Amino acid sequence: MKKIILFFTILFIGIFAFIFLTQNQSTTPKKESLVIKGSDTEVQLVSNLVEAFLEKNPGADISVTGGGSGVGIAALLNGEIDLANSSRKMEDKELEQAKNKGLEIQEFILARDGLSIIVHPENPIQQLLIDQIAKIYKGEITNWKEVGGKDEKVILYGRQSTSGTYVFFRNFVVQEDYSPEMLNMEGNQAIVDAVKADKNGIGYVGVGYVKDENNQPRSDIKIIPVAQDEKSEAVSPLNSEAVKQGKYPIARPIFQYLPHLPQKNSLLERFLRFEMSEQGQEIIKKAGFFSINEEDEQKNQQFLKNIK
Amino acid sequence: MNFKKNVHFSENLPRLIFGATAALTILSLISIFLFLLISGVGAFKEIGIKEFFLGTNWNPTSFHTPSWGIFSLIAGTLIISILALFIALPFGLSIAIYLSEIASPKMREMLKPLIEMIASIPSVVLGLLGLLFLAPLIAKIFHLSNGLNALTASILVAIAALPTIASICEDTLSSVSLRFREASLALGTTKWTTIKKVVIPAAGSGLVAAIMLGLGRIIGETMIVLMVAGNSRAFPHSFLDPVRPMTANIAIEIKEVVVGSLHWQGLFAIGLTLFLITFVINLLADILVHRRHSYEN
Amino acid sequence: MKIRGYLQEAIYFSIFRGSAFIGITLLFVVLVLLFLPGHSVIDWHFLTSPWQHRDITKGGILPAIIGSLYLGIGVMLISFPLGMGTAIFITEYSKNSFWRKIIQLAIRNLAGVPSVVYGLFGLAVFVNFLSFGTSLLSAILTLSVMTLPWIITASAEALEAVPQKFRETSLALGATHWQTVKKIVFPAAFPGSMTGGVIGIARALGETAPIIIVGATFYLSSLPTSPLDKFMTLPYHTFILATQHSSPYASSYAAGTALVLILLTFLLSLGAIIIRYHYRRKKDW
Repeated sequence: MKKIILFFTILFIGIFAFIFLTQNQSTTPKKESLVIKGSDTEVQLVSNLVEAFLEKNPGADISVTGGGSGVGIAALLNGEIDLANSSRKMEDKELEQAKNKGLEIQEFILARDGLSIIVHPENPIQQLLIDQIAKIYKGEITNWKEVGGKDEKVILYGRQSTSGTYVFFRNFVVQEDYSPEMLNMEGNQAIVDAVKADKNGIGYVGVGYVKDENNQPRSDIKIIPVAQDEKSEAVSPLNSEAVKQGKYPIARPIFQYLPHLPQKNSLLERFLRFEMSEQGQEIIKKAGFFSINEEDEQKNQQFLKNIK
Repeated sequence: MNFKKNVHFSENLPRLIFGATAALTILSLISIFLFLLISGVGAFKEIGIKEFFLGTNWNPTSFHTPSWGIFSLIAGTLIISILALFIALPFGLSIAIYLSEIASPKMREMLKPLIEMIASIPSVVLGLLGLLFLAPLIAKIFHLSNGLNALTASILVAIAALPTIASICEDTLSSVSLRFREASLALGTTKWTTIKKVVIPAAGSGLVAAIMLGLGRIIGETMIVLMVAGNSRAFPHSFLDPVRPMTANIAIEIKEVVVGSLHWQGLFAIGLTLFLITFVINLLADILVHRRHSYEN
Repeated sequence: MKIRGYLQEAIYFSIFRGSAFIGITLLFVVLVLLFLPGHSVIDWHFLTSPWQHRDITKGGILPAIIGSLYLGIGVMLISFPLGMGTAIFITEYSKNSFWRKIIQLAIRNLAGVPSVVYGLFGLAVFVNFLSFGTSLLSAILTLSVMTLPWIITASAEALEAVPQKFRETSLALGATHWQTVKKIVFPAAFPGSMTGGVIGIARALGETAPIIIVGATFYLSSLPTSPLDKFMTLPYHTFILATQHSSPYASSYAAGTALVLILLTFLLSLGAIIIRYHYRRKKDW
């Protein structure tokens, strides 16, 4: 028994030594901190922004977690976090709940997304109409040949109900409950991974996920141009001009929500300003998303003016 | 007088401390059931027990009206349980028979720990291997679009439950009294006939207990199914359909619920259901094992 | 007839033998399949640097390792004393009554409840009711509650395995009850309950579902310095890399993280097995 105690003591000392030696941060008194949770579409983007921000503001304690816009909003309403990432607008009933809890929700527009429809590279489809996409995801169109493809069953990939992308796509495009046959994947990346391996798959992902690390379109999936109706031209979400001009039918702003107005010069305010800055917008573009347009910027400025 | 007091104190103190520890522990374990009950029972009231268990559509965030039937989820759990058990049981029993009846003691010493090491493979690792290797393989074999379905998940879950089944079967088989075997062999039967007709039946209830404990493990598996079972809400019709068991559903949706909402209560109700199912299965297995022990003694 | 019997036996026995070896092979297959995509990723830098988000090839999994270590130590510090203490009380200090059997039955079967249900419990009690939030503390407490039934059962079994003769002899020699427990019974049972404890910790380290619910993070800028801080863990990190990260290297990093995790749990399990083996050798009753 003495040997066992000796063993564990040495083990403990070893573990603590490891922890001690690999800590290379100076001990500062109470650190400023930010807890950010929410949209999976935004999680990588915001993590990148935080990392860049911290280069200029070292010593702050910031954590980012995904899980879906629903997660962020729920955490916001539960009073657990400082900033919620949400790829959809907060619903009226959620705003009601917030009011009942004494929160004054502030909306901040982070970037613009062109929600992209992806299929396998070998899929012969060249474009899709919004109406066709809706029918496919409702389960009314079940075979690729109905939209000009092969005679194969369509395999639907989507997100979980926690996802803002799930909600936005459903409310905006499908306008009906999703087909129960849809496979609910864990995140944007899971959808990309699934579609690139599935010849008959179709999925919807944030535009940041269809580009590789050089901001070029990925070669392992095919991004389908979307047309509003038969008379309109089909537009690809990779065409940033078209997206900015509002020609891409499934463009959307993506948001961040705060529980109250932040305090002047607080970490949160500085972070938001960083996101709006040129460097921040660069990072947003590098992550594959689109920078905010003028209207968005005005709204944000209005919000920032209110901070005293 | 002092002497007696000292003895008294140092005897009562440990009793007090251990008693307090035990009380704290037992209280927290009881509170598991209580908290689940408190958080979940509201759902049963609002949704209605019949609708909850028999409704086939679980869609709390529906475009129209939310629906709260967990039957598809139960079906998902059931399909994976049956399939995984179907794979793990013969496998586990074979391994147990080998270890207890056929292998030399040295082999047994070496192999039994290795089999038990399989139990320490974290399920997220099995899920990862499923995503990287097994799912594409299954897709190729069955000419499917993708390998995210009940079959893929069941194979991995079977691997996770295998050590439990094998280990307990082995314990049970080797605890069958030597006299039974000797008597049978003395009558001129082969070793296999002895195993088949004497040892296994004698181990009977212990083997059933092993199956039940394995089943409990299988039902409770979350990560593997979360990663490779497909998670579609539709009612599954075959082993190659994607499924959404109760465990995965909880893990997926719990993060988006507002505390106290009906959705929150609904998920806790599912958790309560899982708790009761696994607890009862374990209980029955336990009773079986204890009846054996008293029978053997 | 006899020949047919022997033929039958030969066939069946080779099936059983085959099963056993397939089973063992599975273990190695798992390791190899992880090693193939994962080994190139692991080096000293990988193990000791903080996580770099924008280019994951530049960073490492230090936060996840530290988080898991803190978690393991925390769970051990809480569940070992509580679990062993409870087991001692149940076996040594309470009368062999109906209630004792019921309690032991209940505790044994709690060990079979799914980890996701424990996650729900942790969410309701530690994160919300006690307002600890999604912190390291909540995770430690939740996993401790999950590990308790296992440790109690293992310790109780080890204690019950100590022959009654030991206790009787000790008392006959004039020792008090506490002295008997402290110097005779508990030391004899210690290796057995330690084995159970180490296996329990190995299980807790590998858990993902309760962590998903009680909350680890995707990105963390600094290591946790207090129990109320946010944290990362190895299994959750593996999960995130496997399902949510879009770097093209994500799956090899997932495999690499999984490799580190599985080596850690294997090390612990091996340790438990060695303790058990050593103990069986030394045992002289």
